[in-house]
Amino acid sequence: MADPGTDDVDTAVEVQGITKRYGAQAALDQVDLCLGCNERLAVLGPNGAGKTTLIAVLATLVRPSAGTLRVMGFDSADAPNEVRRRIGVVAHQTYLYEELSARENLLFYGRLYGMPDLEARVEMLLKLVDIYPRRHEQIANLSRGMQQRVALARALVHDPDVLLLDEPDTGLDQAHLDLLASLVQGRAIPARTVILTTHNLDRALELCGRVAVLAQGRLVYQAASAALDRAALRDAYHRLAGAAP
Amino acid sequence: MKLTLQQVLAIVQKDLMVEMRARDLLVLMLTFAVLSLVIFYLALDLWGPVVQRVGPGLLWMTITFAAMLGMGRTFVREYERGTLAGLLLAPIDRGALFISKLLANLIFLFIMEAVTLPMFALLFDLPVLNPAVMLATLLGTLGLAILGTMFSAMAAHSRAREALLPLLLLPTTVPIIIGAVQATSNAISGVADGPPWIGLLIAFDVIFLTLSYLLFEHAIEG
Repeated sequence: MADPGTDDVDTAVEVQGITKRYGAQAALDQVDLCLGCNERLAVLGPNGAGKTTLIAVLATLVRPSAGTLRVMGFDSADAPNEVRRRIGVVAHQTYLYEELSARENLLFYGRLYGMPDLEARVEMLLKLVDIYPRRHEQIANLSRGMQQRVALARALVHDPDVLLLDEPDTGLDQAHLDLLASLVQGRAIPARTVILTTHNLDRALELCGRVAVLAQGRLVYQAASAALDRAALRDAYHRLAGAAP
Repeated sequence: MKLTLQQVLAIVQKDLMVEMRARDLLVLMLTFAVLSLVIFYLALDLWGPVVQRVGPGLLWMTITFAAMLGMGRTFVREYERGTLAGLLLAPIDRGALFISKLLANLIFLFIMEAVTLPMFALLFDLPVLNPAVMLATLLGTLGLAILGTMFSAMAAHSRAREALLPLLLLPTTVPIIIGAVQATSNAISGVADGPPWIGLLIAFDVIFLTLSYLLFEHAIEG
């Protein structure tokens, strides 16, 4: 078995029997998942299926009631900070401080991860997400789409091995949806493992090599995108999740 | 260790920068403290030996309630704005996160006291600007900040977060407040003997700091 965190690790994310209960209600129920390095998975599911809970558990923000999570060989129960160091998260909330500028936010988060050459990396990311001309403006003065782009840069500031994206297209215009696609597909930045939740079947098929359907906390379907077209995925989704996407 | 120090400094610096621009926490504490002292001065008409007996209690009542107002926002602000998750995502030891927030709170409380103490001395004509009172204030403030930071983290996850903090904080700060009032009173009146209130304050600060450092992970992760 390869040493955790080294280049020899070939499984980026390994989830076994993850269950998360809130009282009697299971938000996640015995979820198993295995993703190789640089693999991209889109998770589809109706509202309340457990997609956001899955991302929160993978991000170590929510402790599972049962099951294990390993990221780049590190167990989240034994080495949570090693796991955190290796994941970048874009969620519904941007995690940005409204009173700070885009640049100040990225510098702050970069310092929390102890990034070397932080100034240069922040400058590169601000240019990458097309926010550089407004880098000194407070986050509160930026539009939701601009804030979302800064949130993408924040998730990348520590160069994570795994990106967890919970409906990352919120507020993005067409030009920046293309930017998101290039980030996810590893064209704008080096490729990395991505888990993305979305309601958009086309985007799931376009961006990710695998798609999965989550329904009532259970992973009920997984397939390679290459083996599917939109109609087949829609049919599977409708049949298994019981709702039109 | 170097990274932990860097993380602590980054969070303290960020909190100061956010407060400098938002100006909600300090303004709230300062306004409350100044108004309280003015009301006590006008309403109670204290003079002579009565001031010496009652003054330290009024001072610490002012400091405690002003601190509660400010510290209640420490984690609530992060929670409500969704930035708490951003902090928790970082590979930072939860104890170090506690120390960061404690240091930021202490800075805010000392700023508030830098205004409150001279004003108290002026209004009530008591010699509070001496080293013995400063020591009692330092230790009492540290105890308040430790418990305030800890309970602010616990309350942040609750729906009744604004009401929960005073309910948690007031009963547990009783030994700190009693110690601080008595130590301040002794320092003002120049009493050298009697119970070792400063020692009691140090003991409670150490106990609360150790417990909070160890238990903070459970408080903040809900």
